Amino acid sequence: MSELLQFIISGVTVGAIYAAIALGFTLIYNATGVVNFAQGEFVVIGGMTAAALIGAGVPVPLAALLAVLAGTLAGVLLYRLAIKPARQAPLVSLIIITIGASIFIRGAMQTLFDKQIHRYDGFSGDAPLRFGGATILPQSLWIIAGSVAVFGFLAWFLNRTRAGRGIRATASNRLAAALVGINTGRAMNLSFAISAGIGALAGVLATPVTFTSYDAGVLMALKGFSATMLGGVGSPLGALAGGLLIGLIEATTAGYVSSDYKDAAAFVVILAVLFVRPQGLFGAKITERV
Amino acid sequence: MAGRSIGPGLRTFLIFAALVVIGAALFPSSYFYRVGTLVWINTLSVTGIVVLLGYVGLVSLGHAGFFAIGAYATAILPQYGLPSGVAMLAGIGGAALLALLVGRPILRLSGYYLAIATLGLGMLIWMVLSKEAWLTGGPDGMAVEGMSARNLFKLVGLSLKSAEAWYWVAGGCASLGAALAVNLGHSPWGRALRAIHDSDVAARSLGIDVARAKSAAFVISAVYAAVAGALLALANGYITPDTGGFMHSVEMVTMAVLGGASSVFGALVGALILTALPQVLTVLADYEHMVLGAIMVLTMIAMRRGLVPALAGLWARRRP
Repeated sequence: MSELLQFIISGVTVGAIYAAIALGFTLIYNATGVVNFAQGEFVVIGGMTAAALIGAGVPVPLAALLAVLAGTLAGVLLYRLAIKPARQAPLVSLIIITIGASIFIRGAMQTLFDKQIHRYDGFSGDAPLRFGGATILPQSLWIIAGSVAVFGFLAWFLNRTRAGRGIRATASNRLAAALVGINTGRAMNLSFAISAGIGALAGVLATPVTFTSYDAGVLMALKGFSATMLGGVGSPLGALAGGLLIGLIEATTAGYVSSDYKDAAAFVVILAVLFVRPQGLFGAKITERV
Repeated sequence: MAGRSIGPGLRTFLIFAALVVIGAALFPSSYFYRVGTLVWINTLSVTGIVVLLGYVGLVSLGHAGFFAIGAYATAILPQYGLPSGVAMLAGIGGAALLALLVGRPILRLSGYYLAIATLGLGMLIWMVLSKEAWLTGGPDGMAVEGMSARNLFKLVGLSLKSAEAWYWVAGGCASLGAALAVNLGHSPWGRALRAIHDSDVAARSLGIDVARAKSAAFVISAVYAAVAGALLALANGYITPDTGGFMHSVEMVTMAVLGGASSVFGALVGALILTALPQVLTVLADYEHMVLGAIMVLTMIAMRRGLVPALAGLWARRRP
């Protein structure tokens, strides 16, 4: 029983990371219709930048802030330099652009930093806390709290602020939003900035537990995709639920089947969702605009 | 107008074959033959991407997985007593079957689902190849015993060095593959694919079974990758799991995008540039990811149809 509890704890921890990635992915997809394959790279930018700064003796809160800013900047640059110039391009070109951007960022991480695997100490130490027969790392609590905060922030921002409503209007109908005076370009730019910031924050929080390296982004993106598709593409609540579920499936796979193949769990989930319920748990039925 | 009297497939074959011969005439050493072999093998696998990306407009991020299935079947099965040729065919058949099983349900949905699902599929195949060391040698890879291209040429009385022999085999396969792809493109079925590329819905309303056509294109492109993989395994005599890695899938797509995914000549130009360039500019090795990524982004923004169609367009405009 305590074994299962242990798997649930580690599942929720990684699940919270995937949920944050999936939320960022959903935000960009809703606002711009772009399926951003570079989403995992923001996580790497956050983790690698924080690792380098903390390694250089910068205080942790400042390093974390700078790392999130670095991720946000990357998101803005991605939109300005790669997505915006190709706005009218067909779906397949946009897919190739975001893949190209993700490979470029991967190379930039390798050149700027190195090819090593990095981690730093948990924010509240690495001594595990006892919890009903199982143990939990203090950093896990940071990660879970971070994801809850991100979800709360998005709910507040998208529903209560002018800029957030602008993003929702742009998502719902870009032309109509532009006609009523919403700056849709700025809304899309903002969605990339926030989404990248969320990804970088996930990287900063997760690195003490999951470690990071220049090439970790693809796997992170894949997990984020699985979470998004399981929850239902376009649904923020689905992203949260999907992330947690993928984390739990992965942790129980690692525990009961084989830790070699825990990363395969995400892929099996993708296939199962596509076979059985393509719209995911919380998604609307898929219809394509003609 | 002489070109009109022979079919487009045969014309493509003759042009490719002429390029194979010209290459051989210029090469001063075995090293060049080895790089040339690699160019033709890459051209062959990228031709599969042309069918999928150029004809139908679908992106696969896991084609290296099919490539690796072809390569590893050719490496592993002979150890259990199967002849090389049969092992190759088994690998190609296996890749086709997997593409069929995975592709069918996914291809009913919008285009990006295939990109995501193939990304996962490719990583799964890579994972199996790296972790099942008892079968595949693990991350260090494995040696490939079997068919020698030299012996093929000895049958007809030619004595070639191994590197030269593989160059001719790879060049021949790439020429044949290109000709088949061109003929496919000109067949009614190929026109159906192009109609799907322009609009799923319009194609469906014309009575085209869109899911079935997409699935067939996906299987065909997987077969191209698997054949190329089998050839590489035999020509190199050694393979590693990286042949099935994510970066190899990305390389294939980049080659197609750079050269121009709409034609087999784009596949050749893309494969030639991205295979030969790292040999010439060794500094590129350090910046490989950044260069590949930048090429993908810049081509899509500035020259969406790729080098070959862009140059062809310039050439057509220059003539009165």
